[in-house]
Formats: sequence, structure tokens, C-alpha cells
Amino acid sequence: MVKHILEIDDLKVRYSGLPVIQGVSLFVDPGETVCVVGSNGAGKSTLLRSVMGAQRAFSGRIVFQGREIQRLRTEEIVRLGIVYVPEEKMLFKPLSVEENIRLGAYILKDENRVRKNLEFVYELFPRLRERRTQAASTLSGGEQQMVAIGRGLMSRPQLLMLDEPSLGLAPILVDEVLDRVRQLKQEGISILLVEQNVREALDLADRGYVLQTGRVVEQGEGKELLESDRFRQAFLGI
Amino acid sequence: MDILLSSLVAGIMFGMALSLVALGLTIIFGVMDIVNFAHGEFLMIGMYTGLLTAQAAGVDPLLTLPAAALVGFVLGVLCYAGFVKYLLRGPMIAQLLGTFGLMLFLRNMALLIFGANDRAVHQGLLVGKSIDLGMGVIIPATKLAAAGLAAVSFGAVWLLMNRTKFGKALTATALNPQGARYMGIPTERMNALAWGIGCASVTIAGALIVNFWSVNPYIGLLFTMLAFAIVALGGFGSVPGAFFAGIVVGLITEIPGFWDFLTYTFDIDWMADVPMTSFKYMWVYLAYFLIMVVRPRGLFGWKH
Repeated sequence: MVKHILEIDDLKVRYSGLPVIQGVSLFVDPGETVCVVGSNGAGKSTLLRSVMGAQRAFSGRIVFQGREIQRLRTEEIVRLGIVYVPEEKMLFKPLSVEENIRLGAYILKDENRVRKNLEFVYELFPRLRERRTQAASTLSGGEQQMVAIGRGLMSRPQLLMLDEPSLGLAPILVDEVLDRVRQLKQEGISILLVEQNVREALDLADRGYVLQTGRVVEQGEGKELLESDRFRQAFLGI
Repeated sequence: MDILLSSLVAGIMFGMALSLVALGLTIIFGVMDIVNFAHGEFLMIGMYTGLLTAQAAGVDPLLTLPAAALVGFVLGVLCYAGFVKYLLRGPMIAQLLGTFGLMLFLRNMALLIFGANDRAVHQGLLVGKSIDLGMGVIIPATKLAAAGLAAVSFGAVWLLMNRTKFGKALTATALNPQGARYMGIPTERMNALAWGIGCASVTIAGALIVNFWSVNPYIGLLFTMLAFAIVALGGFGSVPGAFFAGIVVGLITEIPGFWDFLTYTFDIDWMADVPMTSFKYMWVYLAYFLIMVVRPRGLFGWKH
């Protein structure tokens, strides 16, 4: 019986010979929201990209629902049920909002399911419905983030990985985006979240990991992490 | 007046055939940013396919289009999977020199197989026939058929790119390959299919053009250059751009006809002494040059 939905075991990743991830182990349980925090260059994005097969693992294992995925191609991993919303959003800018969101359902064959999921996304982000015919490039940063998250939800993934969803957003939008993430959590979607807004993120997560220069230096429940010395060290550099 | 009308009609019809020649180039560039110098060689292969299939099967050259499309599609996919895929991992210069090498390879293979002589279609349903549109405008039936089928092919490709899920996935691959992979789109397969469709559209164009243009292994270069001019004018990667720019270039190749019209209408002696037909392609390349200087992204460009 598989307990963890995602399990990363002693993962090492190198960029042109330089170690970026130096033996990270973590897991996400079904329905859980797990947050990875750490300063710039700690390897958070690299970690998520490795899960997606966009960055090859040097050694270690990545297991999703009992299956090793570290050698699969990105599009195969998406078909297994993991979706990654990258920090750079990677929208298809000249295409309309709805075209972008629909592309998130590329792996679905059934048009009825696509419509149902589209409705779900529009209910989650009503503003996107108003702007559905506009080119994605004309949206504000916050709206683009909503498109990126909405597009990621279109295939109804079992695991949603969000990379810095609040990056570059005005404080009021940060709250809105994180509220939506909370809403998704209540829907029962497993979420692996990387965030710079550590306080809000750890507050909303069930558990958290602190990453420092490619290693997990602290882990625990969200609120107790905020109190720990290691956490303060990682962020205040003391 | 009849010279003017004839030149206009001839220019538009030749332009539509040229659009189809350029279509494959713009698709391949649009999806993976690779400039295919061997594009005209695929046209040459399409011309030979049309000619030889017609001779071997004893059918009209116009009926060989499916064969030409199939040959183009298979060759395109093979070229991508066996060659271009590896070029994409290298620097830009490797891609340029790589497709340049492909051009030389295909041309010399054709020389080995078919010999250097010109070959032409001498018989067919439409060969030698023409239609009188009145007002002195007479158009060869082969050119009219080529223009019509080119327009139909264009419409089909436009629908495929804009109205199907496959087309959307191809557009996504063109705009942001990594983002497309995150959507579960198999970008390698998309690239291979783009090569297949791009090459099939140009071999179809070849099988149409061979009805009124003789073929030899060197024919590719002229069409590669014309296709480059069209794609630059229409905007690299733009399908509608290629269509309209093709017609513009077709009209530019008719400049000698317009020149004659002016010469005779206004009876200007010195104009009659200029051998305009000898350098009709010069105007195309001049337009190409001006577009690159004045508006490098072309009329409809959306990439870069």
C-alpha cells in the first residue's frame, strides 16, 4: 500500500558539474499541503523541475504513487498526474486567456470534462471569465498568475506543484492567490508549494521543509517551523 | 489594358502557388526557429515525384498530389527524427550549416538519380489548355489549377493550425516549448509533425508547379530564395502572412508585364529598350532587402 503520493529519496542534482541539490529527501501525503522554503539559490525551483523531469537527477529516486519517475520525460510525468506551475508562468502570451487555460487540459480527451474543469477554474478565478478572450500578454501580473494556476488545474492533477505563486505580486494579490491555494487545499488536492512569503506559506501548509544550499536543514509542521532556530538562521542568516 | 490585366492575373496565380511553396518554410521556422535552406530541394523532390508518378502510373500529373504529399510527409519526419533533432541541440550556426548541407546532399542525390537534364510534363488533362477570361486575358489551365489547389491547401493548413487541438498544441510548442511540455504536450512529436506537414505542403506545391515548369536538380535554389523573400515579407512564422506575401511576390515577378503596359500605353521609347524580363527576380530580392531593413518582422510577424 502506497502511503505517500510523492516521495523524494536522497535526490542529488547538478548543473554542469556543480551540485545544486545535495541529497534531499521529502514526501507529500495525499491531500497534504507541503511547503518548501529557503533563500534564493537554495535549490527550491531546481527541486520542482527535477520532479517534472525538466532537470535530470544525478542520483536518488523520485517516486510518484509508487512509481519511479526520475527517468521519465516531462510530458509522461504530466500524464501520470503531476502539474507544475513554474515561477516564470510560461504563458502562451499571444493566445487568449481561454486558449491558454484550455491547453492545460491537453491530456484530457473528453470535451465534457474539459468544460466542467473550465467552469471550475472560472469559479475559482471569476476575473478570468471576464477576460477570457483577451490575449494573455495584456493581463496584469496577478491575473497572469491566475491563468497559470488555472491552466495547471485543468487536467485535475493529483499533485499540484506551485513555484513562487506570489512572486512579484502586490500584497493584496498575494493574499488573494494564497487564499485560492487554501481553497484548493480544502478541495483535497495534494500541493507542493515553494514560497518566498514564508510566514503566510507556512501558515497555510500542513508541513514544511527548510532548504539551504541544496540540503534540508529543518522540517516539521508549519507553525512549529516558524519558531525554530534553524528557520531563523536560514532566513536571517545569523 | 489587356497586358495589365493579364499581368495582374498571372501575378496573382503564380503568387498563390508561391505562397504554398513558402508555407512549409514558415511553419518549420515558426515551430522551431530553424531556417531550412533545403526547402527548395523538397520542392524539387515534389516536382520529380509528380512527374515520375504521372509517367509511371500513366495518370494526369494533377492526380499525383497525394503521392507527393505522402513522400514529403515521410521525408520531412525522417529528416527531423534522423537529422534536425540533433542539430537543434547545437548552436545556431550548426543549424544553418546543417540544413545547408542537407540542401547539397539532396541536390546531389537528385543529380545522381535523375541526371542534370531538364524534364517537363508534356501531356496531361490541363497541359496546353487555356481559359479565355475575356478582355484579352488568357490563362493556362495548369496555372489556374495550381492557384486553386494552393488556396485549398492553405485553407486546410490554416484550419488545422487554428481550429484543432493539434494546431493549438503546435502553436504552444512554437511559443514556449518548455511551457508546452509542462502541459503534457509531446514537443518532440510536434516538431516531427511540423516537419512532416511543412515538407508535405512544399512537395504538393512542387507537384503543382511541375505542370508548367520544367524540373532539374538545381531548380530548388530559385524557389528557396523566393520562399525566403515571401516569409520575410509576410513575417517569419505567420501563415496568413505567407499567403498575402506570396501574392505580393507573384505580382512583383510580373513587373516586366506592367513595364510593357506603361511602355505601350504611353509610348515611351526608352522604356522599350530596357530588357526588363532579364532581371525580373531582382525586384523580388530588392523588396526582400527593403523589408529586412525597414520592417524586419514582416507584415504579419508575430515571432521575435
